[in-house]
Amino acid sequence: MTSTHTPETVIEAVGLGRDFVLSEGPLFRRRRRTVSAVRDIDLTVRSGEIVGYLGPNGAGKSSTMKMLTGILTPTTGHLRVLGVEPSRERTRLAARIGVVFGQRTTLWWDLPLRDSLELTRHMYRVPAADHARRLAELTELLELGPFLGTPVRQLSLGQRMRGDLTAALLHGPRLLVLDEPTIGLDVVSKSTIREFLLRANAEEGTTILLTTHDLGDVERLCHRVVVIDKGSMAYDGDLAGLRATVPVPRVLVVDLTAPAPALHVEGARCVRVEGPRQWLELADNPTAVIGRVAAEHEIADLTVQEPDIEGVVASLYRGAAAGEPSPSPSPSPS
Amino acid sequence: MRVYPAVYIRGLRRYSTYRAATIAGILTNSVFGCINAAVLIALFSVRPEINGYDMGDAVTQVFVCQALIATVAVMGPPLDLGERVRTGAVGVDLLRPVSLMGWWLAEDLGRATFSLVFRGTPTFLVGTVLFDLVLPKTLGHWALVLVSCALAAVIGFALRYLYELAGFWILDTRGIWAIVGMLGPVAAGMLLPLALYPPAVSGVLRALPWASTIQIPAEILLGKESLPGGSIAGGLALQAGWALGLLLLGAWITSVATRKVVVQGG
Ligand SMILES: Nc1ncnc2c1ncn2[C@@H]1O[C@H](COP(=O)(O)OP(=O)(O)OP(=O)(O)O)[C@@H](O)[C@H]1O
Ligand SMILES: [Mg+2]
Repeated sequence: MTSTHTPETVIEAVGLGRDFVLSEGPLFRRRRRTVSAVRDIDLTVRSGEIVGYLGPNGAGKSSTMKMLTGILTPTTGHLRVLGVEPSRERTRLAARIGVVFGQRTTLWWDLPLRDSLELTRHMYRVPAADHARRLAELTELLELGPFLGTPVRQLSLGQRMRGDLTAALLHGPRLLVLDEPTIGLDVVSKSTIREFLLRANAEEGTTILLTTHDLGDVERLCHRVVVIDKGSMAYDGDLAGLRATVPVPRVLVVDLTAPAPALHVEGARCVRVEGPRQWLELADNPTAVIGRVAAEHEIADLTVQEPDIEGVVASLYRGAAAGEPSPSPSPSPS
Repeated sequence: MRVYPAVYIRGLRRYSTYRAATIAGILTNSVFGCINAAVLIALFSVRPEINGYDMGDAVTQVFVCQALIATVAVMGPPLDLGERVRTGAVGVDLLRPVSLMGWWLAEDLGRATFSLVFRGTPTFLVGTVLFDLVLPKTLGHWALVLVSCALAAVIGFALRYLYELAGFWILDTRGIWAIVGMLGPVAAGMLLPLALYPPAVSGVLRALPWASTIQIPAEILLGKESLPGGSIAGGLALQAGWALGLLLLGAWITSVATRKVVVQGG
């Protein structure tokens, strides 16, 4: 329920950091080395926001999620989630948030999905009527009906994930923390989950913080993105702003009538050739470049690709300010 | 709090699906019971009494032991918790608004209940059919035996919970199991009734918590004078003390472990 006055703060982190001490080397000559998985993160998330928490592998996303949910104690900084210090009041906080770590399940492996969902009612002390109503709602939205009676170990990944989301939402948490909620899912399941999250956010004002490597998730869901790299914050703002921070050129895809060597045209740079199809990174306006190509070759078809967020984020990770060209436009994931 | 009863029921249901394993278990326990009983019968036909134990006492303890082995799980199976700590799945357990130890206690008592009723009881019945066991004469005495078995199950849980908690620091608890898997059964009076050891040795073993999982329940069933305070009440008090003490220790170490130690995995 979004109200008219300033939404309250749900997550407040100031100078948040976490070090890990690693012992390595052979048994009797162990050396200790400290790595900073997260350093000096300032993050404020207000009620009703959907924030994407992005970064390459090992950036410190999961470590941050663990601190927010109280299962990892920060080394430095100040952290409040729903007004409490997570690592000190883990159990109390747990009753008020919903968490999904996509790689793991909270469901009982060898019992029917229904049993696990029933248990959450006792765990979170939800009144039976509320529980039944929410379960019916979620069952419909996430299409759980066909496998409610199936033991969890027999569910497919996508079915299990929907079960996990349901378990995380049955008690109506104010904050949902999702670590890779769409990992390994097919297009249909992804879209079911995305639409569902949008709805939870719009109708109940659920605040959502999610990490993902799926930039489709980000484009569909997030009003705001936070990018971290090597533990430090690299960007915090909206998607348009992120695109503007790292200008990634548009790409012209031309299909020639016959295969040809890489084109050399003014105002463009050929980045990829595949038979008669070529990808040209545009530095000039597209019409001019198309004219120049058409002057020398017969064109069967062409499209201009807008930079997608994937390219933007990839450039940001690599510190694209240094002027490195963006990756060749990725073929759409199939 | 109805969550713990629900978890308890789950433990019960989960083990009730392993029917073949239960039947095989009864068979194994009965066969081992017969072999151990035959050895002790041979021993006692040479020496009719050792430190207050006679042939009937010793054979009875053999079957108490076989009936309780799976319930108190002194020789395993380990709690799933150990594996969950090693892989980091325990992170999920810690995200529940319930006590970690309470959760695992409830689930393990479900398992223990199933095992006592469907594996321990049939095994003991086999013993009473094949041998001349010394049995309680009153219903009240049987009730105290049942209380003793329940306490033994709690102690069995608390010990294994502590072994698995060590995993937060050393990650792999198989080394711990290699040690306690040897020592535990000896100290529990499983290998031989503790009464058969020289008094100095049995005195030490009796002072350890493992004795409360098998030896003390057996003596409570036999109504032995060797119990603390010479009475069943003394034996139950000792068990209750261990159960409480070990659970408190478990709760304390849990809070240290979850605050200071790292949950593994991304
Ligand atoms: N238990 C641990 N012990 C030591 N180092 C760790 C531990 N957990 C994480 N790290 C280190 O902290 C850094 C951040 O890890 P984290 O799991 O937070 O990354 P991530 O952003 O979630 O990556 P991914 O996208 O691969 O899931 C990594 O360098 C990792 O090696
Ligand atoms: Mg991660």
